[in-house]
Amino acid sequence: MSLLVSELKVHYRTLRGDVRALDGVTFGLRDGEILGLVGESGCGKSTLGKSLIRMDGRMRRAGGTVVLDGRELPIDDDRAMNAFRFREVSLIPQYAMSALNPTRKLRRMVGELLRSRGAPLDAEELERRMSQVGLPREVLDRYPIELSGGMKQRMVMVISTLLDPSLLIADEVTSALDVSTQKAVARALLGFRERGYVKSMIFVTHDIALTHHIADTIMVMYAGRLAEKAPADVIVKKPRHPYTRLLLDALPEVGVRYADRRLEGIAGSPPSLLDPPPGCRFRARCPIAGDECAEDPPVAELTPGHHVACWKV
Amino acid sequence: MRRYFSRKLLIYGLTFFVAVTVNWMIPRFMPGDPVASMVARANVNKPEAVEAMRAYYTGLFGLDQPLWQQYANFWGALLRGDFGVSIWLFPTPVSEVITRAVPYTLALIVPSVLLSWVVGNRFGAYAARRRLLDNTVLPVGYVLTAMPYMWLAVLLAWAFGVILGWFPVAGGYSFSMRPNWSVTFLLDLLHHWALPFLSLFLVALGGWAIGMRNMIIYELESDYSNYLAALGAPSRLIRRYAFRNAVLPQITGLALQLGVLVAGALVTEIVFAYPGLGSLILKAIQNKDFFLLQGTFLFIVLGVLIANFIIDIVYVVVDPRTRAGMAGAQA
Repeated sequence: MSLLVSELKVHYRTLRGDVRALDGVTFGLRDGEILGLVGESGCGKSTLGKSLIRMDGRMRRAGGTVVLDGRELPIDDDRAMNAFRFREVSLIPQYAMSALNPTRKLRRMVGELLRSRGAPLDAEELERRMSQVGLPREVLDRYPIELSGGMKQRMVMVISTLLDPSLLIADEVTSALDVSTQKAVARALLGFRERGYVKSMIFVTHDIALTHHIADTIMVMYAGRLAEKAPADVIVKKPRHPYTRLLLDALPEVGVRYADRRLEGIAGSPPSLLDPPPGCRFRARCPIAGDECAEDPPVAELTPGHHVACWKV
Repeated sequence: MRRYFSRKLLIYGLTFFVAVTVNWMIPRFMPGDPVASMVARANVNKPEAVEAMRAYYTGLFGLDQPLWQQYANFWGALLRGDFGVSIWLFPTPVSEVITRAVPYTLALIVPSVLLSWVVGNRFGAYAARRRLLDNTVLPVGYVLTAMPYMWLAVLLAWAFGVILGWFPVAGGYSFSMRPNWSVTFLLDLLHHWALPFLSLFLVALGGWAIGMRNMIIYELESDYSNYLAALGAPSRLIRRYAFRNAVLPQITGLALQLGVLVAGALVTEIVFAYPGLGSLILKAIQNKDFFLLQGTFLFIVLGVLIANFIIDIVYVVVDPRTRAGMAGAQA
């Protein structure tokens, strides 16, 4: 196991009380594994991604531990965490288009960043990695504003993985891209793993279809908790949790016309995480909910590697 | 690049033209007859003599010609560097009167504008990350920047000049001295310069500090700052980037504020009876000396335009985004 997250609880402090964005999540990540993290907005997937590298000021760890390569990550100690950032855990942010300082040429910016982390700039290696994602070396002598959105995205990907981190968090990296660029980004990420630039990866997204192509394992989250986690094929072909099933049903299928039959969504919305009701959090929207659902469902391992949190399976 | 600058030059040229025209118009359509007051000052009683003097002065200043001709003459003289003859200090040429006053005004404006800008930016950036400073000193900045120039000037003159007696309250140098290059005179000059400088400096300082504080907070929360922090970059590097980017709008602000700062300096000069352009304007108005008034205004307009042009150039040098805009944008 390269990453072991156990019972992680992260709350957001607000004026009206704590929002339990992450409420006891446990999972592991093997060396070389790519985990796709999916769920609707507000399910806690981005919070999980952030918690592993840099909590913002309103976030607070309410419990649980994160162990990476045998060492515990001090995730709620901003200073102590600095030693791990970039070298052990790295991030491709959601906002890659605006992640680069607009008034510095890239070569200088990368050099200054690396020097500040005590790592010399290996220009040759940098250029080799850039060419692997299809960026010409001249890009280094330009300002970020002179690059296209896709180029900026790839540049950020190269920068984030320069120090060969053990864990890479890719947060919604494909959300703002067109389909062909999405594919290129997915390929580049797989290439990073192949060449050993990163050991394991968490791919946060709401795009199940794309996740299926690049992830080994998919973890579905709902309202701050794990709903189902299984190998990618199993999630897509034989989902067990009712939420996963409805989520997949909500996807349009290729070759089907939706003129006659309306595309089904999931009625209702997730519960407020400010003071969530006890029991299974999907209960109110679940078509098969019963009386036992008033109690928290434990995460059960149905077959090796297939975890589901539901009383009905 | 050339396109950009030629467009800028055209705009500045137009501004100059309009400014000169307005400048020519205002005194001429102002109530009051300068020739009549000059004649009155001569205290002559004989009607023929009064008539002769009136005809002489009117011809001398070209006031007997039709308006359009006066306007054309004005431009012609202007291009030869001739601002006319002062009525108040007759027969000294206006250009000479202005040349005597300009060093005082420049010595006041240039250091106070630049120093308040630099110190205000540094201080605002520093205060943005220190809660204590943010809560105590910045409110003082708000008070300072909201203060009218002459009000602060009066307060300073009262406190340090009248009550404490540390500084003189009026003049550019002691009345007992003649301008020369001796150390005593220069020290005396500095002594008189301190209070007007301080009042200009303090008012501008508050504004720059507040602007910078807000910009720095914005930049430190921007995406690139977050990205660097996520990669564990030390806050020193992040702050350096944030400062550099936050300074850019402050440069624009400097360009926009320049006119206000100059106006503030003029008022402050009047409070301290400082022998610069501001006091000159006051004297010119009091004596209906519209050639002097025109010359002074023109000089100020020219100064502000040149300073703005310099800031434009500086901006192009420091912000790569404006250069990118020039290559593509047609606006």
